[in-house]
Amino acid sequence: MSLFEIENLVVEFQTAAGPFRAVDGVSMKVNAGEVLAIVGESGSGKSVSMLAAMGLLPWTAKVTADTLRFNGIDLLGLSASDRRKIVGKDIAMIFQEPIASLNPCFTVGFQIEEVLRIHLGLDKKARRARAIELFDLVGIPNPAERLGHFPHQMSGGQCQRVMIAIALSCNPKLLIADEPTTALDVTIQKQILDLLMRLQAEHGMGLIIITHNMGVVAETADRVIVQYKGRKIEEADVLSLFESPKSEYTRALLSALPDNATGDRLPTIAEFLSDDQIFAGAVR
Amino acid sequence: MTHVLEARNLTRDYHIPGSLFKKAKTVHAVKGVSFAVDQGKTLAIVGESGCGKSTLARIVTMIDPATSGEMLIDGNKVDIAKERLTPEMRQKVQIVFQNPYGTLNPRKKIGEILTEPLIINTSMKADDRRDKAMAMLKKVGLEEKHYGRYPHMFSGGQRQRVAIARALMLKPRLLVLDEPVSALDLSVQAQVLNLLADLQDEFQLTYVFISHDLSVVRYIADDVMVMYYGEAVEYGSREEVFADPKHNYTRTLFAATPRADVDSIKARLARKNAA
Repeated sequence: MSLFEIENLVVEFQTAAGPFRAVDGVSMKVNAGEVLAIVGESGSGKSVSMLAAMGLLPWTAKVTADTLRFNGIDLLGLSASDRRKIVGKDIAMIFQEPIASLNPCFTVGFQIEEVLRIHLGLDKKARRARAIELFDLVGIPNPAERLGHFPHQMSGGQCQRVMIAIALSCNPKLLIADEPTTALDVTIQKQILDLLMRLQAEHGMGLIIITHNMGVVAETADRVIVQYKGRKIEEADVLSLFESPKSEYTRALLSALPDNATGDRLPTIAEFLSDDQIFAGAVR
Repeated sequence: MTHVLEARNLTRDYHIPGSLFKKAKTVHAVKGVSFAVDQGKTLAIVGESGCGKSTLARIVTMIDPATSGEMLIDGNKVDIAKERLTPEMRQKVQIVFQNPYGTLNPRKKIGEILTEPLIINTSMKADDRRDKAMAMLKKVGLEEKHYGRYPHMFSGGQRQRVAIARALMLKPRLLVLDEPVSALDLSVQAQVLNLLADLQDEFQLTYVFISHDLSVVRYIADDVMVMYYGEAVEYGSREEVFADPKHNYTRTLFAATPRADVDSIKARLARKNAA
């Protein structure tokens, strides 16, 4: 049985111009210890499908799915309070902008200890010890001193490490990383990706990385899902995706990489593919 | 031939005033950087955040003065700390910023955004301004009907086209591009890079291209300068720098750049299976 299973997920938003379908029948499976990458442009519904699975979307969103199961538990049928016991503990998420997703009014120590208090019910001493241990794990120097700092006193890379530490605090079975390195420099990106991969291997977590960076996919993923405008276009293991992409869209995406540029101009997707052509090869 | 832009030993210090509890501090953001760019060429400046590359961009764009050192544009010495910047000089250098969502005024129409530099720096008539803006919209791949629209009606790639059009309205000699594609999707990034290449051919533009994405730099640059803590640790032609990086930091940077070719993936999977 898969750790995390989505079948035919549809997310619709009610807008003034009628319902807008952000995710249109996406299915995926993640096993324990597996790294799945979801690639797509902005607006392809990659973040929304994960937020929907965690129940973090606002009330304007209508979420339906044939299956939405985590570790044998049906997430759709859960009450809000039951879901909160799983989300943040067994399923954790790292958000895109580390500085924006930490609360500027509280110290990072408070924010990590809050998770430990609510989900694990540790006492004050144990919380502090665990927080120091976690900061140490993600490579923040002087963890004991750093606990008393506010997010604005730390750099983007450090804040991202704090986010990762918070996400890992309850030893999640599934970690969802939404563009974990987009706002960071390449050298920091490398450190963060190495850290995620190391922790994933050590703890045997399932890991979903959402990204639009093909380089990040190549460096981390076991399996890849390519999404476009809310639909799944292709699913393949990482090597065959790069070696022999099946859909036109993936091929176009790969040839738009400056690394693969031949000649003076970069091929662009809009120039030679229409939506119909892209969806023609779509898988379900 | 004179260089379009020449910098000799530029430095920039920021003074952080002290208080009752803190001592005053001086941050050396740029420490003696020299370079030169010729017409129609692209110099790429690479480095991590905080290495001084945006400070350098502000100096080159004549927004901030350099603390010491000389900057020559078209052979003329420029020092905005001593004399006021003339409209003629302002027209020579323009800048495109990183985030197209933050740099276009949401309350102004595209037409107003494009004509504003002309109002400030030239005495052109309203009709001519409008004609020029229309022509520029087409140049950057937008349409005349976009003239009366607001920035929120555009996608990120289109907004970056508007920002590029605005920078080109004054027919600059030198365009400073501060991470112009890092906020864009891969396919849109390709479109904007193509546009920049076309415009460079058409207007013989000189680019100073600031980026931390080495794959983009390798694609677009003629010369590359790598900055690290305010110093230029490596400076040379693209071929030299990419083939034989001399400084340790450049090597670290190359090693950290994710590689998307099949051989690297095979190597990684092999390592993973072995572990």
